[in-house]
Order: sequence, then C-alpha cells, then structure tokens
Amino acid sequence: MEYFFELFLGGLTRGSIYALIALGYTMVYGIIELINFAHGEIYMIGAFTALIVASVLTVMGLNEFAILVLASIAAAVYSAAYGYTVEKIAYKPLRHAPRLSPLISAIGMSIFLQNYVLLAQTSDFLPFPSLIPDFEFWEPYSHLLRSTQLVILVTTTVIMVLLTLLIKYTKIGKAMRATAQDRSMAMLVGVNVNQVISMTFVIGSCLAAVGGVLIASHIGQINFFIGFIAGIKAFTAAVLGGVGSIPGAVLGSLILGLTESFATGYVSSDYEDVFAFALLVLILIFRPAGLLGRSTMQKV
Amino acid sequence: MMPTLSEIKKSFLVSLWFMFLTFPIMVIRVNTTEKLVLWRWENMAYMGIGSFLLSFVWRYMLWRKETGKKDSESGTLQLPSFFERILSDRRYIVPATAAGIALVAIFPFVMDTYQTNIMITALMYIVLGLGLNIVVGLAGLLDLGYVAFYAVGAYTYGLLNHHFGLGFWTVLPIGAVMGAFFGILLGFPVLRLRGDYLAIVTLGFGEIIRLILENWNEFSFGPSGIAQIARPSLFGIQLSLSSSIIYLYFVMIGMVLFTIFVVNRLQNSRIGRAWIALREDEVACQAMGIDKTRTKLTAFALGATWAGMVGVIFAAKTTFINPASFTFLESAMILAIVVLGGMGSIVGVSIAALILILLPEYLRAFSEFRMLIFGAIMVIMMVFRPQGIVANVRRSYKFQPDKHS
Amino acid sequence: METILEVNGLTMDFGGLRALDHLNIDIRRGEIVALIGPNGAGKTTFFNCITGIYLPTQGDIIISPPKAEGTHKRERINGLKPNQVTEKGMARTFQNIRLFPNMTVLENVMIGRHCRTRAGVAGAIFRNRAMVREEQSIVDDSFRVLEKIGLARYVNDQARNLPYGAQRLLEIARALATEPFLILLDEPAAGMNPQETHELDELITRIRDDEGISILLIEHDMKLVMSLSNRIFVMDYGKKIAQGTPEEIRNNPVVIKAYLGEEIDA
Repeated sequence: MEYFFELFLGGLTRGSIYALIALGYTMVYGIIELINFAHGEIYMIGAFTALIVASVLTVMGLNEFAILVLASIAAAVYSAAYGYTVEKIAYKPLRHAPRLSPLISAIGMSIFLQNYVLLAQTSDFLPFPSLIPDFEFWEPYSHLLRSTQLVILVTTTVIMVLLTLLIKYTKIGKAMRATAQDRSMAMLVGVNVNQVISMTFVIGSCLAAVGGVLIASHIGQINFFIGFIAGIKAFTAAVLGGVGSIPGAVLGSLILGLTESFATGYVSSDYEDVFAFALLVLILIFRPAGLLGRSTMQKV
Repeated sequence: MMPTLSEIKKSFLVSLWFMFLTFPIMVIRVNTTEKLVLWRWENMAYMGIGSFLLSFVWRYMLWRKETGKKDSESGTLQLPSFFERILSDRRYIVPATAAGIALVAIFPFVMDTYQTNIMITALMYIVLGLGLNIVVGLAGLLDLGYVAFYAVGAYTYGLLNHHFGLGFWTVLPIGAVMGAFFGILLGFPVLRLRGDYLAIVTLGFGEIIRLILENWNEFSFGPSGIAQIARPSLFGIQLSLSSSIIYLYFVMIGMVLFTIFVVNRLQNSRIGRAWIALREDEVACQAMGIDKTRTKLTAFALGATWAGMVGVIFAAKTTFINPASFTFLESAMILAIVVLGGMGSIVGVSIAALILILLPEYLRAFSEFRMLIFGAIMVIMMVFRPQGIVANVRRSYKFQPDKHS
Repeated sequence: METILEVNGLTMDFGGLRALDHLNIDIRRGEIVALIGPNGAGKTTFFNCITGIYLPTQGDIIISPPKAEGTHKRERINGLKPNQVTEKGMARTFQNIRLFPNMTVLENVMIGRHCRTRAGVAGAIFRNRAMVREEQSIVDDSFRVLEKIGLARYVNDQARNLPYGAQRLLEIARALATEPFLILLDEPAAGMNPQETHELDELITRIRDDEGISILLIEHDMKLVMSLSNRIFVMDYGKKIAQGTPEEIRNNPVVIKAYLGEEIDA
C-alpha cells in the first residue's frame, strides 16, 4: 500500500509538471490551431537559462534563496522572449498559409533550437543544482513525498489558480477567449489579434519555464534533448484532456503522470516512454476530441 | 536599393534584441563540476552583427515574396528559382544531362570507396525523399514517423539474413512488402485523423517502433543491434569489399531511376491526381467521388514501400544496424529534403537530397551545423518559398481545336 | 415525371440547435428547382446533409436514379459517405469555391472522372493498353465538358489563376464530369456580374435540356431564380415555409414576411 502511495504521489508530481508544459500547447492550439512543436524546446531553454544563471550566481556567492528566485525569473523571462521571437519568425508570416506549412515550420524551429543549444553549450548531461531546498516535514512519511515534490505540487497549484483568474477576469484573458472562439469576429470588435497571439506565446512560455526549473531540480540533470520527450508527453496530455481546453490539459496531465508512474512502477520501466506514446495513439484514434474537448464539426 | 534610416534603426533594434536573447546560451558557458564560468563575449558581437545584417535580408525576402504574390495574382508567374531557370533552358539542360550521365557512370571508378560510399548514401536519401514525397508532397499527409518503415526494411533484412541466411536480392522485395504492410497496418487506424494530429500520431508510432527495437532484446538484439549482415551478391558470387561497394553504387543508381520512373508515372495517373486533390482540398475531393480513406492508404503504403526497400539496402551497405539509426531526426532529415526540394517535385527532391547529404560531407565546417541548418531550412522554405527550389509543374495537355469542336 | 430525389422529415441538430426541422422536399426528373430563404435558414446545411458531409439526425433521403427506361430503384442514402453519394449520381458545388487551386483546369475536371474510372496503382505504373485507353478517355471526356461549359481556352491554366466567374463555372464542370443525374449548385451566381449571371442562366438551362440532368440550386439572385426554376422551395429557420411555382412564391404572403428586411428584387 505504501508503494502505491509513493507511485501515486510521484505520478501527481510528474503530472503537474506535464500540466505546466501542456498548458502552453493547449493555449496556442486554442488560438491559432497550431501544434507548437518548438514548445518543448522553450521549456528546455528555460531549464538551461536557470542552470546558467544559477551557476553564475553560485560562483558569485549569493545565498540559496536569492539564487532560486533570480534563476526562476531569468528562466521565465528568457523562455517568454524565445517564445515571442519564435512566433514572430516562424509562425506569423504563415498565418494564412495552408495548414501544413506552419506545422513544418514549427518542426524546423524545434530542430533548430535543439541544435542551437547543443552547439552553443554541450551535448552532455549537465548536473542541475538542487535549487529547491530540502526541508523536513510530514515525518515519518517523508519517503513517500520528498520536499521538492511538495514544492512542485504547491507551485503548480498556485500557478493554475493564477492562470485561471487571468483568463477569466483580466482584459487580456477575455481577449484570448474571444480570439480562440472566433478570430475574425474578435478582430471586428477591436481585439488586437496579433497582440493576443503574442501574449499567448509569452504566457505559455513562462509556464513552460517554471516547469523546466521545477523538473530540472527534481531530476537533477538536463541536456539539449529534454524538450523533445517532455514536449511530446505534454502534448499527449493536452490531447488526452482535449486540445484547447485548459482544465482538460491539467486533467490529461495528471492522468498521464499517474499512468506512467504506475506503469513503470508495476509493469516495467524499460518501456516508460512507450506508455505515453501508446496512450497518445490510442486517444487520437478513439477519442480525438479528448476527455473534455468538444468535437468540432468542419465548416463547409 | 539603399536602406533608409528607419530600416537601419529597425535592424539595430533587432540586433539588440538578439544579443539579449542569445546572451545566456551563447555567451556564458558554465562548468558545473569545477564551478567555472566561461564568458564568450565575442559570440555576442558575432550575434549582433549577424542579426543586424540578416534582418535586412529577411525583410528584403519578405518584400520580394509579397510582390511576387501580387504578380501571380495579376496573372504573371512567380519568380523562378535558380534551378528552375537552369532546368527550363534547353541550352543548359542537354549538356547538363550528358555530363550528369557521364559523371554517374565513371564516378565509382575515379573516386575512392569512401567517396563512393557517401554517394550511395546520397542516392539512398534521394529514394527516401521521393518515397516520402508521395506521402507528404503529393497526398499532403505529414508523416513524421517515416523512419519506422525504413527500420522495418532494415530489420527485415538483418533478421532474415541472421536467422535464415537469406540474401539481399531475396529480401529486397520482402522488405518492400513489409514496408507496405506496416504502412497499411499503421495507416489504417490513423488516416481519418486531421492533418496535424496525423503528424503527431505518426511521430508516436515511429518512436514506439524504435523503442520496441531497443528494448525487445530477444527479438531485435536490443541496442547492440545486428552485425555482420551480408553485402549484396552478384549472381551468387561474393564480391570483394571495394567491388561490392561499386556494385551497390550501381544498384542504387538503378533504384533511383526505378523510383523516378514509378513516381513520375504515378503522379500523372488517376491515383496521383486523386492524391493531389486530397492535398488541395479534402472536402471537395470527397465530394468529387474520391474515397478519402482508400486514397490516403495507398499513398501511405506506397511511401512506406520505398522506405522498406531502402532499409534493406541500408542494412546491406553498413552490414550493421541498431535502433540508434532510426530516430526522429532521421525522419526530420528526409522531411527537410522534401520541403527544400519542393512538395511533389521529383527533380527538386533529388537535387535537395544531393545538396543536403553531400554538402555537409564535403564542407567539413558544415557538418557540425548540419541539423541546425536542416531546421533553419524548414522554417525558411515554409516562410519564403513553400513550393521548394523546383516547384512541381503540372502536366499540360494539347488538343486540336478542330477535333472536338 | 418521376421523382428522383425524395427527402422526408429531414432533421439536423447541432448540439441544442435545430438547423433543419422536418424538411420535406422532392425533385422530379428534368426539373430545375430552387431552394431560397434568408441567410442562416439552413440551405447549405441541407446540401451538406443530402451529400453525406453531415449525418442527419432524423429523416430519410431517398434517390431513384433514372436508369434505363422504366427501371428505377428507390434507394435510401442516409449515412453514405460523400464520395458514395457522388458515385450514386448526385454532385455538388460549393458556396465558397473549393477548387483544387494548384491543379490545372483540366485536371480539376479529370478529378470528376475519378469515380467513373478504375485504374489502380499497378495500372498507373505498368500502363497496359486498357489503362492507356482509359486515361485518354478521361482526358477527352474532361475536355469535352470544358468545351461545353465554355472554359476550353483555360485548359492548362492553374485553377487559382482563373477569374472569379470562371472558377464558379469550373466547379460546375467538375460536378458535371461525375455523370450525375442531379446537380446541386450552392449559390452559383454569387459574385458574378449581370452578364455572367445571364450566361449562367443559359448554361444551367442547357445542362438540363441537353444532358437531361436535374438541378437543385441555392441562390439569392431572385431574378435568376424566378427565370430558371420550375419550382421553388422556401426555407426559414430550418423549416420549409412555402413551395410552389415562381408565380405562386412571388405572391405568397408568408414568403414576403420571411424576407421582410431582405429585399426581393423581382
């Protein structure tokens, strides 16, 4: 039973990080109907920026808390900047192109960014500093839930709540919802659609950066390739929940996290990634609209 | 055209932005174990100058594309590319073809085995590109798991050769059939999905196949792969290493010609037109009486057939295969070839395969940046020249007006 | 004349919205029938239902293709896929033009021949004699259709470079190439100038008279509708509110009320 709880909590942690990345996919898809392939790379760049900034600050001798805060901010700022730039370069000129064009452009961007980091940094795995402090709590059950996991769970919950508030009540949130529903109508009533799209990329990228920092400090190492697998898994989660739906992305992520955790815990860890891919294939075949998504009828 | 002051200002801002953007990744390099920080300020300068100049090029190309679009709307044709101009000029095309044939014939005899090997690889990618071109270029189905069928072909030969000692020529058709079989098997459930979902699912399938090959040791020998696969034999005679490479070279030339022949016939046939119609407008295509699922499935299966065959050749060429050769990047590389060459264009895809495979081999400075460039090519082509370096020109038909009127 | 299309109680719900409400429509052989109604009345949805793009919630769609003399079979076609519907002999055009923009004009029409021919992959590769002959007949037949429609001079042009009116005609040509017994035209005159509309009027009549093909059209140009149609069905809010000859419709108070605010220029 204890093993079950350990796997359960591990799955929740994993799922909540997937959720941070999945939200970026879902928000972008909701607005411009594009699978932003480069989103995984944005998350990877967030993790790298945090690593670099944290290392520099450690050498400079700052205290741990300051490092955590500054590295996270740097990660968020840079991820947002990359997300913004990627949209401007690779997607904006293709707003009216056939559907496959921006998708291919996105794949190209993803490969480009991977290799950019590979060339500018290294192909090796880099040890990631444990930015999140270890502290004692919940004795004697701490072996079930490590303090980093607790931090991850709390942080993601807070972020989800903030995001929901942002989308529900702020002006930009309303503009985003309007654009997602009907872009040309939103434009007619005076929404600056280009700005909304940019903001969506910025917000999604920030979330991915937070996910990047959290997962890197949890796992303890990163390399240029982490974005690819994480990206596909987060996308799986988004599809599972229903692409375009924000609660769906969170639900899907938690289900995927738990599935992976239990499957690797009880079945076999060799096929860890196969479970995610298999789940992805199965959902798309049997319920392409996802759990909370609405199936949309094609306009003719 | 002189850049105006406001454009210089714009480019200056772009360059500032990129210096900021690339600052942590390009400038700082940390050695986490020894707690050393390396500052590479020169990179920032390169970045600044480079992006300043590139932003002019970028804007110029965007402007050219816009004017090109306006021209084509008003009836005049789009700007032909360098390759298109060469190809449409009779003065060049005849001597170029003659020189090409001569070069192809003597190449393995004047070059060493190393060069010949590289050329074989390039020829393999021509065939892979043309195969994927059926799926992506003609039928408009973005298949990101194409490498899976390549792996199927390679393992078909590897395993059949290892366990039963079957030879290359026996397995080549089996590889083709296995490719087609897996194409149908994977294609059947996923082909009713919308374009972008299809891309993701095929990507997932590709990775699943690779992961199975990596982990199912009893079947595929896991990451260590299969070694000592037989090279192709000539009427049962085993050739020496160097002559077998020359032999393989000509096999590959034959394969390329065969592929071009078949793809060319396909694209001007009833089936080929149905693929293109499907790519252009799925709803209209169905409304015109074309069975969507069946048409997609033929495209998928035929594309996979080629990957299966080249897989067999790959196993025979390297005599060693393992799952590491069949990653997503391989699929992406083949896709880059199709995108650069021009969707649906046989000549374009062939030229693109030669450029993308040979250039990094001969320009050593390139090889490091190979995947970086491949990624950039996909973005740049989509933004500026989605029809590729050689646009696919549809066949025109002649009619005598008196015959029908 | 015998009925070739019979639609009984056709209903289509989108979520909670009822787009079509127990619609009854029939078309007889050799008729030109118009379907009119204010925007959003459900006319295009009706087309999408009977051509298999949408699966109707309720109701029957029954066709009786006019075969050889006297023999005709009634057949329910609900749930058939769009391509099967076309194969049965009902072809359509689209309100927002949906050509294959990067194919030539001739190729667009050749696509229409697809369901009447059968060359497969092997035939395409080996080009045996039967397949060569079939291919030639596809080309010839398609060219003949283009001549009939008056687009022959554009044969090898890319479809997207055609003038707007010609694009609309090409859609009709493409539909004709599928050898239909009934053509469904979704606003064929939209965006055409008076001269083009006049030519369209003649063309549609000619298609009916020369080919014996019946025509169902959605159209907003009342002058065209009144001059062309044998009968008219009027829809509003998913319901049929009137039917009859142009004369009857013109004087029907219900129709006038439905169009209040929308001018009838006839």
